[in-house]
Amino acid sequence: MLATLPRTPLRPSRRGFLKSGALAAVGLTLGIHVPTGRLTSALAAEALPGPFHGYLTIGLDGTVTVRAAHMDMGQGIYTGTATLVAEELDADWAQMRVEGGWGNPKLFGNLAWGGEIQGTGGSTGTASSFLRYRQAGAAARAMLIEAAARTWGVPTDGITVESGVVRHPHGKQASFAELAPKAALMPVPAEVRLKDPSQWRYIGNPDLRRLDSVAKTSGTQAFTIDVRLPGMLTAVVAHPPRFGATVAGFDATAAHAVKGVVDVVQIPTGVAVVAETTWAALKGREALAVTWDEHAAETRGTAELTELYRSLLDADGAAVARAEGDAAAAIAGAAKVVTADYEFPYLAHAALEPLDAVARRHLGKIEVWGGHQMPDLYQYLAAQTAGVEPKDVVLHVMMTGGGFGRRAVTDGDVIVEAVATARAIGWKAPVKLLWTREDDMKGGRYRPMYLHRLEAGLDAEGRIVGWRHRIVGQSILRGTPFEGFLVQNGVDATSVEGASNLPYAIPDLVVDLHSPDVGVPVLWWRAVGSTHTAYATEAFIDELAEAAGQDPLAFRLAMLEGHPRHRAVLELAAERAGWGTPPPEGRARGIAVAESFGSYVAQVAEVSVEGGTVRVHRVVCAVDCGVAVNPDVIKAQMEGGIGFGLGAILKGQITLDAGRVEQGNFDGYPVLTIDEMPAVEVHIVASMEPPTGVGEPGVPPIGPAVANAVAAATGKRIRVLPFSRNDLASA
Amino acid sequence: MLTLTINGVAHEVDADPDMPLLWAIRDLAGLTGTKYGCGAALCGACTVHVDGEPVRSCVMPVSAAVGSAITTIEGVDGPAARAVRAAWEKLDVVQCGYCQPGQVMAAVALLQATPRPTEADIDSAMTNICRCATYQRIRAAVHEAARLMET
Ligand code: FES
Ligand code: FES
Repeated sequence: MLATLPRTPLRPSRRGFLKSGALAAVGLTLGIHVPTGRLTSALAAEALPGPFHGYLTIGLDGTVTVRAAHMDMGQGIYTGTATLVAEELDADWAQMRVEGGWGNPKLFGNLAWGGEIQGTGGSTGTASSFLRYRQAGAAARAMLIEAAARTWGVPTDGITVESGVVRHPHGKQASFAELAPKAALMPVPAEVRLKDPSQWRYIGNPDLRRLDSVAKTSGTQAFTIDVRLPGMLTAVVAHPPRFGATVAGFDATAAHAVKGVVDVVQIPTGVAVVAETTWAALKGREALAVTWDEHAAETRGTAELTELYRSLLDADGAAVARAEGDAAAAIAGAAKVVTADYEFPYLAHAALEPLDAVARRHLGKIEVWGGHQMPDLYQYLAAQTAGVEPKDVVLHVMMTGGGFGRRAVTDGDVIVEAVATARAIGWKAPVKLLWTREDDMKGGRYRPMYLHRLEAGLDAEGRIVGWRHRIVGQSILRGTPFEGFLVQNGVDATSVEGASNLPYAIPDLVVDLHSPDVGVPVLWWRAVGSTHTAYATEAFIDELAEAAGQDPLAFRLAMLEGHPRHRAVLELAAERAGWGTPPPEGRARGIAVAESFGSYVAQVAEVSVEGGTVRVHRVVCAVDCGVAVNPDVIKAQMEGGIGFGLGAILKGQITLDAGRVEQGNFDGYPVLTIDEMPAVEVHIVASMEPPTGVGEPGVPPIGPAVANAVAAATGKRIRVLPFSRNDLASA
Repeated sequence: MLTLTINGVAHEVDADPDMPLLWAIRDLAGLTGTKYGCGAALCGACTVHVDGEPVRSCVMPVSAAVGSAITTIEGVDGPAARAVRAAWEKLDVVQCGYCQPGQVMAAVALLQATPRPTEADIDSAMTNICRCATYQRIRAAVHEAARLMET
């Protein structure tokens, strides 16, 4: 997601922690609130005042509730955040709870984005949380010890905390719940000493279980779609059939005749049908007649766009993302030149929970339930839509049924629609606004379609001497609030990440970009730019290795002198996969490596191709994400990223005909199923580097690893995606 | 008014006969563990048991379920259900969790019919979509549940 937002290094700042002490006495009856964070005047905080939220509360029932800065869409950041607090608090794992924090950018601002705004994306959750949540846990622990010392009339020295129990060597002991009321009155410590990593019992523990497993296997986990409120109505929206069209008029007579339909109202994005049940809303929408003003609509189809993009592969005026030396001259003087064009389709996120949000006006506040990925922004947008001040908006951050980037929208689409609809019906009832699967799949915000051209020269020894990489595709960030600092000199950082930072030592190199304006809405899609750049570069490197007559692993390693972390994951994955030994009968191997969001991942895929069908049997994955906070979650994210990426590479594509999206559901847009899932082995590089993310970095290497394996098996290089567009039967 | 028997409890629901069972369960009976993912029998998020058989409730008209015993994730029980939940928790199968009620219902139905499923049995019975691609753990957890049921 927000892949290339500026990163500030992890800087232990105990001083900053001290300053927040004044807020610690809030909520005494509820237990301890331990806020940390910076009290320097954060502009975003001034603009968006919210209620006070601390990082954690110790309840009188003994639970420790952590308020997480990052929403959980399955990536496991709630478990991760609780791990950090529990570690320093010496809590018992069973007493940990997590809810979504919001409303205070000073506490929750994403440090990897500069700290001024709260948000989840770019696989930054663990990096941003690593210090602050440990500090919060350590401070709460010190306050519990202080409270125990005063209660027992003993010095704090010698008091220990273990698994939620505070003990004195002379036999006294107390639970967190018993000490919480008094601990809340203790001064927040000026300094906290964090544990030495050798003392960690939760961080790095492969046996720690997710906190949400039980709720999610018993059906009790509530998602936004499950919110039920007294008198609540359900709304669906008729959206235009082409992007950029608007409502010209509508006739709701037939819709009103559907039993259960309560209201039909126009909102900025379409016409909302509001009903007593989901089914009534859907039937009402079917009966609704809308005429659309399509004069500004995008009417081109995939064929026209492909033709335009092809012409741009040759067109002058590309924005230069990186240029070193003289690539053209180097290629002209090369012993051998290799070129390849790659085509990547639009892709839908298709998270399994459809887009949804619930809004109501209640006790003078506007409340919004949703998978709030950028809460500060949504608080502001909800306020604007409702015609109130941001302080009068209350958010409920819900557990979210997948996201993959789709919920990180800067215009808050479904949230704004829910609030707009609730307002349009005069706030007479809470409104749950739901997009159906078809609404989602036809509703845009796709991973953009891209064309790439790569050209490289090899010298007589088979070394790469020149590299030209041209990318053509829409800018994700143009027209968003991020444009100002992430689009520079015409280069959208999300279009070229993974290409402009190619790690291989190539003296003469140029990476440039055309970003045509197209009316199809686009968005970040799990791993963003690296979903296509890693494929193009790693598949092309493999072609060059072949042209140079070299082993693909050795060829890469020879160009990665200055990149030890790339090397380490490549070597680890290769070793565990048996690279260099013959693969099982009928199978071939391919390898690829990619760094994304500061994490390094290499994968070796083992495939067979029979009757034109590619089967991926086994994937060996090595990952270096710095300190491994939750090893099992890291493994799960690699497994999931591989499955998610593999489905897209094999068969994912959104196409348009005369501006209309041709796919609507999982029949037209098939995704990976269990019988196609390879056996995945994940190996984590032991590291004490600051932790980086894992939600996205598992995705980029799988495509090229499989493509390279297919080439090894069949000799055929797949350059047009998805694989299903290629005939491998004749290979 | 139609009468649905869900998890052994009779629910009077004011539903058109063509309303899919899914929406009657969620919107009218108020049981939200059963999920909507596609509305077209393509994903399995809405899987419930009707007279013990796994059914994609998004395409079954509510009128067709009258008189049947409907079991949802909230009510599913028995040795297979307990084993499946234990295995799912032991292996931390879930990620976002949205597909998992349907996965659990499909797995319970599979194990009730086939206590020791082969890989092929799993491939053909566990066709529910998981966008988080927890498939490797689902497969392992089905085998684990089968083992747990034997002990
Ligand atoms: S919602 Fe019923 S199969 Fe997808
Ligand atoms: S766990 Fe997210 S869809 Fe299956």
